[in-house]
Amino acid sequence: MSEPVSDQQYVRFVDVKKSYDQRSLVVKNFNLDIRKGEFVTLLGPSGSGKTTCLMMLAGFEDVTSGHILVNGQAITNVAPYNRNIGMVFQHYALFPHMTVAENLAYPLVVRKLPKEEIKRRVAESLALVELDSFGKRYPGHLSGGQKQRVALARSLIFEPSIVLMDEPLGALDKNLREQMQLEIKRLHESIGFTAIYVTHDQTEALTMSDRIAVFNDGVVQQCAAPDVLYERPENAFVADFIGENNHLSGKVLNRAQGLAKVELSDGSVVTGQAMDCPETGEACVLAVRPENLFIQSDKHSFENSIEAEFITRLYVGDFIRYFFKLRDKTELMVKVLNDHDAPSITAGAPTKLTWSVNDGLAFNPPPSS
Amino acid sequence: MNNNSLSVEEILESKRLLNRKKRLLLLFTLPLLVFIFITFISPIATMLYRSVYHPTVSQLIPLSLAELKNWDEAGDALPPSAALQQFAIELQDLSKQRLSGKLAEEVNRLKPGSSSLIKSSARKLKKTTLEELQENGDSVLLSYSKKWHNIDLWRAVKRAGQPFTDSYYLTTFDLKRNPAGEIEQRDTQIYLKLYWKSLKIAIYITLLTALLAYPLAYYLATAPSKIANRLMVLVLLPFWTSLLVRTTSWIAILQTNGVLNSSLQSLGLIDEPFELLYTQAATIIAMTHILLPFMILPLYSVMKNIDPSYLRAALSLGARPIPAFIKIYLPMTVPGVSAGALLVFIISIGYYITPAIVGGTDGQMISNIIAFHMQSSNNWELAAALGSLLLALIIALYWIYDRLVGVNNIKLG
Repeated sequence: MSEPVSDQQYVRFVDVKKSYDQRSLVVKNFNLDIRKGEFVTLLGPSGSGKTTCLMMLAGFEDVTSGHILVNGQAITNVAPYNRNIGMVFQHYALFPHMTVAENLAYPLVVRKLPKEEIKRRVAESLALVELDSFGKRYPGHLSGGQKQRVALARSLIFEPSIVLMDEPLGALDKNLREQMQLEIKRLHESIGFTAIYVTHDQTEALTMSDRIAVFNDGVVQQCAAPDVLYERPENAFVADFIGENNHLSGKVLNRAQGLAKVELSDGSVVTGQAMDCPETGEACVLAVRPENLFIQSDKHSFENSIEAEFITRLYVGDFIRYFFKLRDKTELMVKVLNDHDAPSITAGAPTKLTWSVNDGLAFNPPPSS
Repeated sequence: MNNNSLSVEEILESKRLLNRKKRLLLLFTLPLLVFIFITFISPIATMLYRSVYHPTVSQLIPLSLAELKNWDEAGDALPPSAALQQFAIELQDLSKQRLSGKLAEEVNRLKPGSSSLIKSSARKLKKTTLEELQENGDSVLLSYSKKWHNIDLWRAVKRAGQPFTDSYYLTTFDLKRNPAGEIEQRDTQIYLKLYWKSLKIAIYITLLTALLAYPLAYYLATAPSKIANRLMVLVLLPFWTSLLVRTTSWIAILQTNGVLNSSLQSLGLIDEPFELLYTQAATIIAMTHILLPFMILPLYSVMKNIDPSYLRAALSLGARPIPAFIKIYLPMTVPGVSAGALLVFIISIGYYITPAIVGGTDGQMISNIIAFHMQSSNNWELAAALGSLLLALIIALYWIYDRLVGVNNIKLG
């Protein structure tokens, strides 16, 4: 295997399956190649198997079947302490009986590095996360954000090539979380480690990742860059899980050249992009994002247009949500920027909603609904 | 007027409110306080008082003791004749009331061999008249036996007559006063040895329970809750069976032809049966079994609250499992270990039933001697002194423990 290929496939999950009780699979046939230095997020609802995949890579869970390779070497039988993989835990897992400096020094001490070097690297590491004067404090005396930064520094100090993060920002409040996202991003760019990040927060995933693997029910639904995931979701689950979406149920009239003609449940006929669209005559779901849906006016007029009744509007601040109802009671939401053009409509007024052919995506309906 | 500060009336009003709340709370806890006072504080106070207060003799011969007060016991002259005469009169009186034996017993404790002298003299005094005694009781008494001329005997009488005495505490330290009133060592060391033995047994038991409980508590804390809950019932099961039954079952196991010896013999591991029952080993084994839950429970509750990600973090940072366990996990369980150790140690040092049943003479602890003095030798004062010393010992150990580990480090759950 030549060098570039190995770099493209630095971490490989090959047909990985995991079962705790030898009956039901928590992870079903997981395949993923991660490039060296890439920031990959495993995103999914809780219980979707994303953390289990991380734990298998870290070595805390056995792999039931399949292989995990790092740099071309199978690591399934390597003990966790020999894997040289850094890890940041959800609740930081800073050792409470050691000072910040001792926490940072721990991985170097177990590697029996000379004292002078340990001291130097701890100081560097503290400077890296801007906590220079906190070395002598105990974790109990730090704020949540500071703890998080120490945990991050500790997972990086022994220069692992891979760093795993298990919902590291889950316990922080919103402002601090955004600040820490930037911090992690900055460290990732300056150090260049391969990061695998687990979260259930889709905004976090979208802002930080090079690629996102969306998990559901033990299966990767789609693995792609954030913009692809958002704009071209492959199935209805991804479309719904990432961002907001309006779902219009309907029936496929015909499919041609990547387009699908759909008869909606209220009888109107529209055209959209065929994603995993079923055969002609089958039921399907048409997804349109609220910001791609417009109230028809002189300024906004697109290929598709349906009649709807205005219900109410919700003031959010930077934008306004308008709620509409179709003839068959399907509810729709339109997101309009809060500028001078934001229309005021009276409740019950008949309106026309319009969207472009490119913005309506036709999917196979998800099995549950 | 400044609106940012409270006025005097406002301060008073809020203080009044606060006090009312406090009084109300006190009212609720009053039954408990009364209960604790009656069942806990007053018995301990009585015990402490009993160990130094001994009014028996001073109640039996109050007038003689009043006369003896002015007698210089350090000199080598007999007490004045007035005192001897008064003693003769009171002894006759006691003899008539059949109380002379009690006096004999009390004096005999301080001067061995004086019991028969007092009793026989009392019998003879019963036959003389009061008038004769009032006239020359002193010479009558002295004529009964040469032993009445012994100054040590009178010193013993005077000392026995003191209502407050340190003699019981001296006894607990295996000390005594010689006839001259100086403190000296007793010939045989009983109580200090026994305290030391109790301490040793308690330490052995604490160490054994800690060694046995730690892995079990760790398993319970990490096992799936379904299994852990079932095993927890087994841990708690001993609490539902009588202590007496549990201890007695150890007799069945440990006796010469018991379960343990016959199994070992039938397996051919030993030729001669072990002598286990009625030894110190029996006390330690049985008490370790009985006190094990007190170690498991605090350990379990502490371990249960330790996030498993600490150990995982240590492993991911490159530490091997055993060093990680020692450096990371063990320090986090210190509060549980110290709580369990303190509990087991304090319970075991004053334990009574188990050593009494399986300990024999070798496995007796200090509480057994206290019970002996309460029930058999009827020396409640000595029992109280021994008990008070045990209490002092435990408080002292607790203080040392607080210094070394810190009581704030204890966690019971």
